[in-house]
Amino acid sequence: MSPNNRSRLIIAATFLVAYILTSLPGPQWAEQFRPDWVGLVLIYWCMATPQYVGVTSGWFAGLLLDVLYGSLLGQQALAKALVAFVAGKLHLRVRVFPRWQQAAFVLLLLLLNQLLVLWIKGITGESPARLTYWTSSVVAMVIWPWIFIILRDIRRRGHVN
Amino acid sequence: MALSLGKSVPYRHPSSVTRLILLLSLSVVLMVLDHRGNHLETIRATLSLVVYPVQIVAALPGKAIGWAAEAFRSGESIEAENRKLKQERRQLLARTQRMEALEAENRRLRELLHSASRAAERAVVADLLEVHPEPFSRTIVINKGKKDDVYVGQPIIDTRGVVGQITAVGALTSRGTLITDPSHATPVQVNRNGLRTILIGTGDQYFVDAPYLTASADIREGDLLVTSGMAGTFPAGYPVAVVTKIVNDPNEAFLQVRARVKAQLNHNKEVLLIWRDNAPAASSFDAEKRHEPQ
Repeated sequence: MSPNNRSRLIIAATFLVAYILTSLPGPQWAEQFRPDWVGLVLIYWCMATPQYVGVTSGWFAGLLLDVLYGSLLGQQALAKALVAFVAGKLHLRVRVFPRWQQAAFVLLLLLLNQLLVLWIKGITGESPARLTYWTSSVVAMVIWPWIFIILRDIRRRGHVN
Repeated sequence: MALSLGKSVPYRHPSSVTRLILLLSLSVVLMVLDHRGNHLETIRATLSLVVYPVQIVAALPGKAIGWAAEAFRSGESIEAENRKLKQERRQLLARTQRMEALEAENRRLRELLHSASRAAERAVVADLLEVHPEPFSRTIVINKGKKDDVYVGQPIIDTRGVVGQITAVGALTSRGTLITDPSHATPVQVNRNGLRTILIGTGDQYFVDAPYLTASADIREGDLLVTSGMAGTFPAGYPVAVVTKIVNDPNEAFLQVRARVKAQLNHNKEVLLIWRDNAPAASSFDAEKRHEPQ
């Protein structure tokens, strides 16, 4: 297997784990604290390896998430494509940020994602929005440093570059 | 220096802006098509095949815990459960005896009245793969799909009452909307006096609202609400909810009626799908589709 293909395979595997974490059943009260795993993984790979993961991968990742959620086809795809775009555009700068600043950047991106989805839902007349809607992004920000370390280790061990 | 610049410049996507604009427009097209008239059912069904393994794997830990709990249970607790089940079975058998006689009597009376007899129903058990992965909407994913003749609008029940209805059918899985989803309305009637109304989901896991009852309506706390059979989606007579709270605010035109759902929406591992021998919802839906201009 060429190194390129192996890298793609490793990236796809991390996405697979993110999807499984997304659909893992849990207690009702914990649902609002579930971070956007796919979004986190997407942002990491957009920053670390923009040669593999970019707008198109983000779009497909979002489309699959729409199917998993059973939501309107295309809403997560749109949001994730935009997130991937911004993350890819700024990857050189964000890479050298201190960890907490990176986490703040991730929070902004995920809030943007949620805001877009909320708008689309508002247009199509779904979703009674509550304040707890936003907690998942805050949780994502808090766990970002660990996600970063884990994915960085995976990237180094698997020689994804 | 200037010559080596070409190599040292980090990688950038050649045309990510163009691609972004293209993909954004594509998602808008998808959303419009999906929202206006469900033209994407085949795409969704195909993509749900890709997602199926993920759902299976995600359901594994819960199942493993269930198996483990089953394997490590003491003989005593199994015996106790066995005793309880036997007792329940005796009671149920006794009740079915009466039931058969009553059914026969009911049929006779209906014939006397020349009214249509109730359609026979067929039920199949389906396993829950996933419970509302998206927060703030109440949906479930079950392991029965097109291959099992599941159709959109099919009622889902459990042993205690109505759970919801199927809203999307994939090849191997399908998605149901629970009666507690804010977008779901259930036509019901009060079991005591036949008063008809509509229950709307609240987004809460236990409660539904009946927002269209006036202050003069004959409804009390503790009333059982059963499906009325209106609109043809749910067969009549299945228990849905029990009225728990009625607030009569003179400033409001309607009563605020809250009811607790009978079905165990949060504890179910399995649900039942009902087929009616002459499923009117499905056939009229199909007929509508067939008459659509191509």
